[in-house]
Amino acid sequence: MKNLDSIFAAYALGWGVFFVFYLSVARRTSALRGEIERLKNSRGK
Amino acid sequence: MAKRAIWGALVVLLVIAAAYASFFVAPTENSMGEIQRIFYLHAASGWAGMTAFFVCFVANIFYVLGRKQKWDWIGVSAAEVGLAFTTVLLITGPIWAHPVWGIWWTWDARLTSTFILWMLYIAYLLLRGMLEEPDRRALLSAVFGIFAFIDVPLVFGAIRWWRTQHPQPVIMGGPGSGLEPTMRKVFFFSVLAMHALMVLLLSERYRLEKTRDEFLEVQREAEAG
Repeated sequence: MKNLDSIFAAYALGWGVFFVFYLSVARRTSALRGEIERLKNSRGK
Repeated sequence: MAKRAIWGALVVLLVIAAAYASFFVAPTENSMGEIQRIFYLHAASGWAGMTAFFVCFVANIFYVLGRKQKWDWIGVSAAEVGLAFTTVLLITGPIWAHPVWGIWWTWDARLTSTFILWMLYIAYLLLRGMLEEPDRRALLSAVFGIFAFIDVPLVFGAIRWWRTQHPQPVIMGGPGSGLEPTMRKVFFFSVLAMHALMVLLLSERYRLEKTRDEFLEVQREAEAG
């Protein structure tokens, strides 16, 4: 199959961008959730 | 939580199925050969990105008219998601172009208008980052977002109105254009998969805005008492 490396690169990079974006959103949400819990706990003390 | 996990798994399966169809169901294109299989990811990502920018545009208009916070959240979420899809479009395009055209990039009307679109939405996010006051940030970015969307019809029309290095349209391209029937089915299946992924990413990004709002509320309460 000719140009298989280019096809592989395009699909890997494309999916990579979506995966990194999803991960960044999940991490930002999780960090905020952690902060909310921390603030709630500190108020409860 | 279970609903989100099921929806996420379904989208992943759909994207995998679309990739399978692109590699093993779609026939090999006559003049370009196997490299043309990038088309199914490249063009479908482009369509999903433009849909996300349209969602951003509509949300921006609703925000300017009604000043409801949820439209600001939808606007910024759709802008980020649209940027992710346009980034994929701009990465996969040159990888496809190089073996076919012999060059990675050229400043023709389609490529240039797409690159400008990408930069406009980066500017939209940078603008939001520079404004601290929430209402002012939401209003100014909504106005900017409405202005930025003007480039989307230019991207669509570039290959119809001007002679470009980029190929002429194969969908909605008028007489003489079109795709082989199996290619057409695989392409629309890929468009469906990319739109499902776009909706998934949009809903996750919107959830981040809701969580940020909840955080600010708890922070205010903690500071007050």
